[in-house]
Amino acid sequence: MASENAVAQGDWGGGKSPFNVSYGKLMMWYFLLSDAFTFSALLISYGAIRFSSPYWADPNVAFSKMPFMGDANVPLGFVSIMTFILILSSVFVVLAVIEGHRENKAGVMKWMLGGIIGGIAFLGCQAWEWTHLISHGNNIWENHYGPQAFGMLFFLITGFHGFHVFSGICLNIWAFVNSANGEFGRRKNGYEMIEKVGLYWHFVDLVWVFVFLAFYLL
Amino acid sequence: MASTDINIDAHEGHGHDHHDDHHHEHETNFVTHYIFSQDHKMISKQFLITGIIWAIIGVGFSVLFRLQLGWPDESFPIFEYLLGKWGAGGKLDAEFYYALVTMHGTIMVFFVLTAGLSGTFSNLLIPLQCGARDMASPFMNMLSYWFFFAAGVVMFISLFVQTGPASGGWTAYPPLSALQSTSSGSGLGMTLWLTSMSLFIVSSLLGGLNYVATVLNMRTKGMTMMRMPLTIWAFFFTAVLGVLSFPVLLSACILLIFDRHFGTAFYLSDIFINGEPLRNAAGQLVEGGSPILYQHLFWFLGHPEVYIVILPAMGMVSHILATNAKKPIFGYHAMVYSIMAITILGFLVWAHHMFVSGMNPFVGSVFTLFTLLIAVPSAVKVFNWITTIWRGNINFTPAMMFSIGFVSLFISGGLTGIVLGNPALDIGYHDTYYVIAHFHIVMAMAAGYGLFAGVYHWFPKMFDGRMMNNNLGYIHFWITFIGSYCIFWPMHYLGEAGVPRRYFSFAEFNFANGFEDLNVFISVASIVVFFAQFLFVINFFYSILNGKRMRSLNPWGSNSLEWTTGAKGIHGNWEGAIPEVHRWPYDFGKDGYEHIPQTVADKDLKEIKTSERLPSR
Repeated sequence: MASENAVAQGDWGGGKSPFNVSYGKLMMWYFLLSDAFTFSALLISYGAIRFSSPYWADPNVAFSKMPFMGDANVPLGFVSIMTFILILSSVFVVLAVIEGHRENKAGVMKWMLGGIIGGIAFLGCQAWEWTHLISHGNNIWENHYGPQAFGMLFFLITGFHGFHVFSGICLNIWAFVNSANGEFGRRKNGYEMIEKVGLYWHFVDLVWVFVFLAFYLL
Repeated sequence: MASTDINIDAHEGHGHDHHDDHHHEHETNFVTHYIFSQDHKMISKQFLITGIIWAIIGVGFSVLFRLQLGWPDESFPIFEYLLGKWGAGGKLDAEFYYALVTMHGTIMVFFVLTAGLSGTFSNLLIPLQCGARDMASPFMNMLSYWFFFAAGVVMFISLFVQTGPASGGWTAYPPLSALQSTSSGSGLGMTLWLTSMSLFIVSSLLGGLNYVATVLNMRTKGMTMMRMPLTIWAFFFTAVLGVLSFPVLLSACILLIFDRHFGTAFYLSDIFINGEPLRNAAGQLVEGGSPILYQHLFWFLGHPEVYIVILPAMGMVSHILATNAKKPIFGYHAMVYSIMAITILGFLVWAHHMFVSGMNPFVGSVFTLFTLLIAVPSAVKVFNWITTIWRGNINFTPAMMFSIGFVSLFISGGLTGIVLGNPALDIGYHDTYYVIAHFHIVMAMAAGYGLFAGVYHWFPKMFDGRMMNNNLGYIHFWITFIGSYCIFWPMHYLGEAGVPRRYFSFAEFNFANGFEDLNVFISVASIVVFFAQFLFVINFFYSILNGKRMRSLNPWGSNSLEWTTGAKGIHGNWEGAIPEVHRWPYDFGKDGYEHIPQTVADKDLKEIKTSERLPSR
């Protein structure tokens, strides 16, 4: 096993992490991989049901209303704003991670707060969109735009994503509080937790891109 | 200590960062030591003992329905005694027969052979054989057990609800499982089943993430991936399978819960109940969904699940065969790559469970290709096991007997898998006893043998150096081994005659006449095998308290790291520094040494004794 002796001197030789990451970050990555399979299963189910359906809703018609604008026809206007807010909040979290590497508590708190506000704003937009649709007679049983399946898939999948956003906000608030009270500052691995919750937040953002694609663009 | 500790003190303080900080015994009390323990060894024992209790319940159910199948005209007071109104007058209720087979399947597949097997031995062996103080996250590991425990509690409660437990089969196909009015088991029992499975998925995820992270990140110095025991490779890929396939079951469960409770139609279309079309809360016809969608989502987990069940057994059997045959494992690299191939192909064969579902036959032929391909790595493993023990100096311990029995079962059951993988044959055999015979031999029984082999082999590592009684082990093995074939071999004949599974009684079907004697034979064999398992249970619990203590720290002459720890398992595993590894774990009979532990460097070879004391038999 001479070659194994050479490997034993390298990154995979044991006694250290081969990827030079902590087990916590590694586990977050694998969790996200797992969660990606959950969303994939839901989106593939969406595809299967949609393609077996003789007709489907036109997103330009179904999603054409904006708050405070009455009956003005703005196809996909509101959802574009929602998407922009979520991506912006991801950018804030990236900045928080960078500040975390610099061990800059004030910077971490500032940008994390931005991320949290962005997340809450996104959920608020989703709440308005749901309320608007439901109050106009669109729900998981029937809708005016397409077959039953359109409504039930829309509410289930955006709801499941919204639940992920909600849990992400909770994690971000928890990370914000632990930065504020100096807990992360005292830790041996510093602000690594910001990175871990950040990974989750970017994942939630990435999933939205696919949800957005499936329901609003295709 | 024996000869294996010569290198332990030479390498103080190599970088295991935070885990080297606390290798002394923790301050513990009863609750943190035995109940909410974060020690991987205690968690493994919790998984094992919970698994044993579930196995008694799950196998007990099979004995109950075997009574019905063997003697459909007799009445058995035990039905009324155990099942109350479902066995009134000693006659098993037909509806409850389905509940029994459903619960038997669910309990055995998930609670016994997934949690009880992988949960037990991944927890016990990954830190010990990789050379780690504990799992990457001991806290998550503890949560993993307690989510499993909660899943068990919910499932246990479902056995006692008035409408009975879930009775739609362990696969819970809609529309039967989606519509509460279709059968009494589709009511509260099914709701609790889904709740329990969701908790189980969380448990599996927490455990799996830990196993993967520990194997990748926490190996001791010198433990390259290709120096890991095959057990660890198997647990690693089992965890990968679980982490990637259980989330899809979660999606399937979420959609099913919505169909059941919120009136959606993900799996439903054109449903008529008592001649009336089914309408949702808005008065619309329920339409647009597909029950086949559920089958795809379910089997995307369901098929990898059988590899989740069998891979740990394969890994342990490989390790035990090499150790007890005192020969290097034949084709170590081939074994590793075949586990990898099984893992990858395992994700690509799910629809072979659905050949008769109405799926496009072209899709079926693609899945046939992958299904038959998976026979290649499986056969590689079988040939390597046989060549490993070929002309070996075999030490027939009970663990070795069960490992050899495993290989026998895996061959017998694997061959019928090739038959069933072909749609042309499967269409005839689908839902017959041929399928029952196939998967019980190749998956259920074989994995059970892996569990027994593992327990007999690693019992001293779990219970502070005590050993199980060998003689009881041999009796247990022979009754189980002969009995397993007596139960499942005749089922091939039933299946070939077209006798369908899941039937409560065959009295109405002429084609099934003439098999009454065979059914009696199977039932008698299953009752004998069931009671023989109590030899194991008694041996297990008696040995925990009074088992003979092992006479050397390495009773089987194994090379892997778990035998370099002290006899008494401590939190942190090693008293001193974690040993460093210099070789693979299968150096048996090399350069005149019977076995060379992984901790021995080439330059220290002359210091080890040429013979280790082995347990007297």
